[in-house]
Amino acid sequence: MTLNTLSRCSLAGAALAIALAGCSSVNLDDQPAAPIVDATASTGTKSGTDPRAVASVDAQAGRGLDPLNDPNNPLSKRSVFFDFDSFVVKSEYQPIVQTHGGYLGTNKQRRVTVEGHTDERGGREYNLALGQKRAEAVKQRLLLLGVAETQVETVSFGEEKPRGSGVSEDAWAQNRRADLNYR
Amino acid sequence: MSALFSSKRRAVCAGLVLVAFCGASTAQLRVEITGVGSQQFPIAVANFARDGQTSAEIDSIIRADLARSGLFRIVDAGSQAVSENASVNLPEWKGRGADALVVGSVARLADGRFDVRYRLLDTVKQGQLDGVSLVSTAAEQRLTAHRIADRIYEKLTGERGVFATRIAYVVQTSPKSWELHIADADGANPQAALRSREPIISPAWSPDGSRLAYVSFESGKPVVYVHSVTTGERRAVANFRGSNSAPAWSPDGRSLAVTLTREGNSQIFLMNADGSNVRRLTTSSGIDTEPAFSVDGASIYFTSDRGGGPQIYRMPVSGGAAQRVTFNGDYNISARVSPDGKQLAYIGRRSGRLQVYVLDISSGQEIAVTDTSGDESPSFAPNGRLLLYATAVGGRGILASASTDGRVRTRLSGPSGDIREPTWGPFVK
Repeated sequence: MTLNTLSRCSLAGAALAIALAGCSSVNLDDQPAAPIVDATASTGTKSGTDPRAVASVDAQAGRGLDPLNDPNNPLSKRSVFFDFDSFVVKSEYQPIVQTHGGYLGTNKQRRVTVEGHTDERGGREYNLALGQKRAEAVKQRLLLLGVAETQVETVSFGEEKPRGSGVSEDAWAQNRRADLNYR
Repeated sequence: MSALFSSKRRAVCAGLVLVAFCGASTAQLRVEITGVGSQQFPIAVANFARDGQTSAEIDSIIRADLARSGLFRIVDAGSQAVSENASVNLPEWKGRGADALVVGSVARLADGRFDVRYRLLDTVKQGQLDGVSLVSTAAEQRLTAHRIADRIYEKLTGERGVFATRIAYVVQTSPKSWELHIADADGANPQAALRSREPIISPAWSPDGSRLAYVSFESGKPVVYVHSVTTGERRAVANFRGSNSAPAWSPDGRSLAVTLTREGNSQIFLMNADGSNVRRLTTSSGIDTEPAFSVDGASIYFTSDRGGGPQIYRMPVSGGAAQRVTFNGDYNISARVSPDGKQLAYIGRRSGRLQVYVLDISSGQEIAVTDTSGDESPSFAPNGRLLLYATAVGGRGILASASTDGRVRTRLSGPSGDIREPTWGPFVK
């Protein structure tokens, strides 16, 4: 049995089932069964497709799925977190940097901005400079992985754009970070 | 003239707590003076006689200004208006405890402007110290009151008053809304010079008070702008690859020192005020930022982490070898030089607390001028007597001022947002 015949039969059955459910006041004895079957069958046979079918289309399909937009791709992880007053990229974040380094290395047309951030403690301008140092630390790692200097710009937001709010180590830890922002 | 305000005449007033309201608007800042052990000059400011409706309470503004300076104790003058032409019994005012008396009047002129007249009288020597008539529009009356307070301050202390100067600060009014404000020195009359959906930091007045340099993140990264206050005309003067920040004006207003990262980490550069002729001044492998010119323009103080933690250094304006200036504690940032060039104000972190410190440059003597924590951005009043800074109260930024000797502290607070980055403007004619 082909898929078409299967669905045609199912639809005919569904139509019959609805009719039999008896919501309508039409008496089946007054209406021959044949027209019901004919109407359903004609739609199916003429077009050759299932009118209820849903074709799934990927908006990015034309260009191929951008790995940057794939939540299952390791490239979706774009933040590196730091210790207090530190700009050392910790070993647990090396894989993230390596993943992006590899991607940028093979996609030379891509540009990324590394944005440094700090927690709220300390002066705003000094924190801006500290955030810059964090962004720069990530950039240097990327360059070691073969990324071109022209592909990476480093900027800092200092303490101005916190991700976590409130006065707690939890919030501060979220804010001491460098984000990779693709353009 | 010699100052009347000699130390032997100062009365010691311990535990003074005075709250002066700068106006009815909730958008304005409230002033609280909590100085302890300050020596203050007793002065009475009588209600001014009024002829017609006036928009500002001239006498109240004068009282609030003098009280906020920390140098005066306001003697109750009763509710009776006393005009500048009334005959006053000076010994009686002396008996009430006032060493000086201010009397005056406000009269509406035929053209709609107002004539404010005042006299400053010495109750001890029983003579007049000052007497002027100032004509202004209704909108200028606050300024007129501040100018009278400045005259009184100068006659009695021998120093120039700062009440008619202005301050700038940044207020975050919501998670996505920042405003750069310009207000009178008492926090009243705030006006937004810039509104943005991205952060604004580090405003700096040009020496003539006509322009503000600041850092705006409106383009998605820190860029230095110069903004003409009266026209609102503005342009990006440092918009290089990387971050652009920490603008500081040279004393002649022709140059700006800025922090750029176009060559890697944060380093200090000098440029013309229009953004041309950029040249690098520092060449360290770490952070060099927050430049501040010396009064003579020959050197630049700045923050650097070249020795480990951030400390303040000084270098020639042409760059070159830097000398370390701060040695106490492991975190000293945001230096500003006093108008006489003798002192440095900065934020120091000691035992986890960020406080305003003042250093006597020649002796190396350092004092804490605040008892708060979470202080930021100190700047000197143009007469060097007071410091304006930001501090945190209840998780919100507020403005505060302190005398440079740390004896009198004033809180300027407002209900309208998270206030930060204050900077005191220059004397303007």
